[in-house]
Amino acid sequence: MQELEEDGILQPAMPSCWCQETKPHKFCPGCGHGIILKVLGEAIDELGIKDTMVFGCDIGCSLLSWDLFSIDTVQTHHGRTTPVITGMKRANSDIIGVAYMGDGGGYAIGSQHLFNAAVRNEKITILLCNNCNYGMTGGQMAPTTLPGMKTETTPYGRDVSETGYPTKGPEMVAAVAPEGAYVARGTIANVRQLKGFIKKALENQIAGRGISFVECLSSCPTNWRTNAKQTWEFVEKDMAGFFKVGELRGSEVKEG
Amino acid sequence: MAEVLLQGEQRVFMTGNEVVAWAAVAAKADIMYGYPITPQNEIMHYWTRLAPKHGKRFLQVEDEISAGFTTVGGVMTGRKAFTATAGPGNVLMQESANMAEMMRVPIVYVVQQRGGPSTATVIYAQQETTLTCFGGNGEGHRLVYSTATHQELFDYTIKAFNMAWTYRFPTFVLGDGYQAKMRESLTMYNPEEKGIQLVKPVPLLGDTTKPERQFKHLRNTYNTEDELYKVVMNNQRDWDNMAEKVVEWDEKGCEDAEVILLTHGIVARSAITAYQQLRAEGKKVGFFRPITLRPFPGKELKEAIKNAKKLLVAESAYGQFLKMVQNNIFGSQIEIVPLLRPGVGITTEEIVAEYHKLS
Ligand SMILES: Cc1ncc(C[n+]2csc(CCOP(=O)(O)OP(=O)(O)O)c2C)c(N)n1
Ligand code: SF4
Ligand SMILES: [Mg+2]
Repeated sequence: MQELEEDGILQPAMPSCWCQETKPHKFCPGCGHGIILKVLGEAIDELGIKDTMVFGCDIGCSLLSWDLFSIDTVQTHHGRTTPVITGMKRANSDIIGVAYMGDGGGYAIGSQHLFNAAVRNEKITILLCNNCNYGMTGGQMAPTTLPGMKTETTPYGRDVSETGYPTKGPEMVAAVAPEGAYVARGTIANVRQLKGFIKKALENQIAGRGISFVECLSSCPTNWRTNAKQTWEFVEKDMAGFFKVGELRGSEVKEG
Repeated sequence: MAEVLLQGEQRVFMTGNEVVAWAAVAAKADIMYGYPITPQNEIMHYWTRLAPKHGKRFLQVEDEISAGFTTVGGVMTGRKAFTATAGPGNVLMQESANMAEMMRVPIVYVVQQRGGPSTATVIYAQQETTLTCFGGNGEGHRLVYSTATHQELFDYTIKAFNMAWTYRFPTFVLGDGYQAKMRESLTMYNPEEKGIQLVKPVPLLGDTTKPERQFKHLRNTYNTEDELYKVVMNNQRDWDNMAEKVVEWDEKGCEDAEVILLTHGIVARSAITAYQQLRAEGKKVGFFRPITLRPFPGKELKEAIKNAKKLLVAESAYGQFLKMVQNNIFGSQIEIVPLLRPGVGITTEEIVAEYHKLS
């Protein structure tokens, strides 16, 4: 992290692996993506892995991070970041591969990749931003949309008898991944904890133990049409009420 | 340590799928990603047997979407990576081929065509011609070699890696189920002993041997029409410049021919025999066959047919190759006689019989 005060002016705290030239970032005000990626940036800084890392971002609002880091980055297709990073890691195991995606990318169109990467225990890190909707395409129902929640394609609220219950990704990954996996669910409402999870996820990959997967409860005030107070309430109460925050696998992994 | 492979020339008798696996080893491919589908399976079977002996890798993934994208990932790290598929698998792989076109990823695909549409047959067809040349929401910025013999499967698989890594366009070796499963003899060789230089791959990103490198941001998404236009036109220019250097075809006896037999891939084998038989009978017949379907040898074809009266176009699809021909000879008044047999082989006798109907 840079010095907070430069020339007597308070500077925004930015991880040093963030690319200064492309700031401010492109996310909406109040968006959780920026918080998750800041936490990721801090973890990368602390682990000093910037030079061996490849960051892959999906299609969805995660694509807005294609030039966010001063790190080798590839923006892929919707749902395909997991296989791209898998392919890289399999071809060059020295790479620290991070796949960053939304809940649509990870749990809908790319769910077969997530599931099978977990089964194979790919030595990569997958970070998934759960914002209960498809942000980039204008707020449709996502696999994670809460029961009764209004979206553009569930204008009267998500009817679970028609569309099922929200996907619990970490629970699924934890159920199928072999020994050595690290799985957690964090939230932007607790960045210190989230950073711990992300750091452990990266360390799990560095140690070559297996897959590491962290779902991050996030916010999308633009499509939720919420003000700051409502946004935090939704993340902290509604989302956390349904999606249990904590570590599901590999919690014995020590913070380094 | 990897074994030293293929010294001198070796005369062998094997299936086309086995040939492709050997050719990939000879081309120093590093890793294959794949998903089972007939008639391509044995490429993986032989690769998984050869690979560990030569310090190479294999990953079986969950579907062809993944096979395509893991291969893209492997290529990006600067490894010679490839995959192989057929039919419905080829359909799924087009998504990755599109990303490779846009981002200039030198990926190699081997396609052993089977019948279509849908699951159809696992045996043979030339019905993936359009898909392989133009599949996707782009302009078909790719290189496609349509092979006819096992020797060509060997030669062009090696060449596919070289051309992909030279020009940075996705490159396809387009075979078919007959070539895949049939046994025939060919000469295998170490390309470097023959003076064929193997183009060295370089990482597009993630070069862990150079920690001091300047980071790269690779993307395929753009904000404005103008931004995209520039990128696509730049690729188009590169593709056009490449086209004249890589275009390949074979022709015989076209100068004085009245009828020219026009085919591609394995059907060209029936056509060449028909050509030889008819010539032996003193018939004024010619033979023309594009080896690259993308780029298509349009100029060369136009030149070859300029004195002829009729063009007999034969393919194991209902007009996919024919459309490419028509498109490329636009303006020519020559009469085209099509012999279209989707998903079915075409014999020399059938071509000769069709020829005799013409006069
Ligand atoms: C193959 C394909 N289908 C659909 C789309 C359109 N699309 C773009 S982003 C997106 C959803 C993104 O939602 P999510 O993954 O949850 O990310 P978020 O924007 O919410 O962060 C969709 C459906 C696409 N780009 N590609
Ligand atoms: S639309 Fe939602 S997810 Fe996308 S940048 Fe805006 S707030 Fe974030
Ligand atoms: Mg989302």
